[in-house]
Amino acid sequence: MSTPLKKVSAKPELLLSTQHHLCPGCGEPLAMRTILEIITELGMRDRTICVCGIGCYTAFPGIIDVDVLQALHGRAPSVATGAKRVLPDRFVFTLQGDGDMVSEGLQEIVHSAARAEKFTAVLLNNGVFGETGGHMTTTSVLGQRTKTTMDTGRVAEKHGYPIKIADLLAQVDGAVYVARGAMHTPSAIAWTRRILTEAFRAQLEGKGFSFVEILTMCPTDWYVEPSETPDWIEQNFTGTYPLKILKAPA
Amino acid sequence: MPTRVLMEGSHAIAEAAIQAGCRFYAGYPITPSTEILEYMSHRLPQVGGVCMNAESEIEAINMVWGAAGCGVRAMIASTGQGISLMQESLAELANAQLPCVVVNMMRGQGDYYQATRGGGHGDYRHIVLAPSTVQEAVDLVMLAFHLADKWRNPVDVLGDFILGHTSEAVEFKPLDERDLPPKTWAATGARNRASHNVTPLGAPQKLNLNPGDHYAAIAAKYPEIARAERRVESGLLDDAELVVVAFGSPARFVKYAIRVCRERGMKVGWVRPISLWPFPDETVREATGRARLVAVFEQNAGQMIDDVRLAILGGVPVVPIGGISHDHSGFGVGPALEPAHIVARITEAYQGKAAA
Repeated sequence: MSTPLKKVSAKPELLLSTQHHLCPGCGEPLAMRTILEIITELGMRDRTICVCGIGCYTAFPGIIDVDVLQALHGRAPSVATGAKRVLPDRFVFTLQGDGDMVSEGLQEIVHSAARAEKFTAVLLNNGVFGETGGHMTTTSVLGQRTKTTMDTGRVAEKHGYPIKIADLLAQVDGAVYVARGAMHTPSAIAWTRRILTEAFRAQLEGKGFSFVEILTMCPTDWYVEPSETPDWIEQNFTGTYPLKILKAPA
Repeated sequence: MPTRVLMEGSHAIAEAAIQAGCRFYAGYPITPSTEILEYMSHRLPQVGGVCMNAESEIEAINMVWGAAGCGVRAMIASTGQGISLMQESLAELANAQLPCVVVNMMRGQGDYYQATRGGGHGDYRHIVLAPSTVQEAVDLVMLAFHLADKWRNPVDVLGDFILGHTSEAVEFKPLDERDLPPKTWAATGARNRASHNVTPLGAPQKLNLNPGDHYAAIAAKYPEIARAERRVESGLLDDAELVVVAFGSPARFVKYAIRVCRERGMKVGWVRPISLWPFPDETVREATGRARLVAVFEQNAGQMIDDVRLAILGGVPVVPIGGISHDHSGFGVGPALEPAHIVARITEAYQGKAAA
């Protein structure tokens, strides 16, 4: 007699298609999947507005089954501010990469946190401008080879230091929940699922600005095989960007 | 009996917006638009609206983007310098087909090109309305919200320092807007319906990535707007040998100067474009039917004169009689607006002494 198979994984309910044009091994679809699963678990599909930035992840608005406000590069926190202020009972989250949030739009995310805007900001951090082909961003770590730091890697004297945006936002009074996760191992994904849920709950309880940074793999622009990206994150990223809760409501 | 109240232009513009249903405003202080922000910060919360004292012009216009994207009537005001900072968003708001009202209280009239050509990228247009009195500003702000929703496109109201700081008795007459369809396209959370996107990048439907079709559909809208929304006022054209074209506050001074010139026996008339885009080219062309000369008075180095020339297509000569004119504040209230100066410039043109 055969044992019935237990279903442990399936296409998320809120994913309309599994077709996207991101690279094999990319961490961003895993992050999107995790977010969609939590939205389903919390029963929030009908009241969700995703405000999406511009980067590789701009492939998602066409295939996720929630309303999306597409923002320009760097501007998602301001667009989310307008949305959440006029529809305060909706669940509003932003989706931005490191180039979008920390390079182009740094002042918008800091000001939104300071105003204690009651949306959740999600950062997909891979330390490169992936969509343009792998150039240095403000979060590229020291030593990181990118298209614009190819010969030397990122060198502090030449290129300055990476901005630890989660650490910066944790210092802002209006931010109530700040945490960092990653997509490179099953346990990191489980951790990230937990902190995303806590951040979303902080918004739903009206506590203030909540922020989750997610380290995502980019084998194409890190010049490694997809299978090597978990090690790459441990060796290059988590020293600068440790997975932890930096701030939580009392 | 209609109720008329004495109000400063800036406050009247803000109040007109609120009475037109504006419930979101974001602004960054900048002279001479700041009084709109001040008024909104006090009045909008009284009607359940939201006013954001934003940290930058770019943040302000993108907050407007968010509110407009959720289907709420939203407005922003600034002056040309601040509008310059918003250009990427102003271009893409048109591609996202988001209705909103953008007020530019200019310093002088140097932002005609900025408003009618746009400083942004791509094939977009904004409808541009240029009031010359406080009452007209009230009426055009209300119309601006209507046209923005009707065409799903930003509408600009182009005023100036004088309009913003002149107090006049005004009446608020809300429009009948029952013909406007509900904003079923807005991002509100997909309750009892399919989800959709509000985006400048392509189609609003899910699983439909064809930006080319999307941009072509928007571009096809502009000729329709151009046909339907030309607005213009004119006077004394029947026997006019010289026609003066002017817009906004300076057009009031021009109308007065033309009366003076008429009293002195000169056959002069005037045309005042109210919509700067679409430009009322047919009216301008017809107005010059009997004229031997057209003169353009604008408080800048010569911008609208291009549209006047395009409208007339060489039918008669077109000469500039305005120019840059500021007081020491640099806000565009200059000696060129002295009626005696305008009368002298019109007389010069009438006598054939104006340089082309």
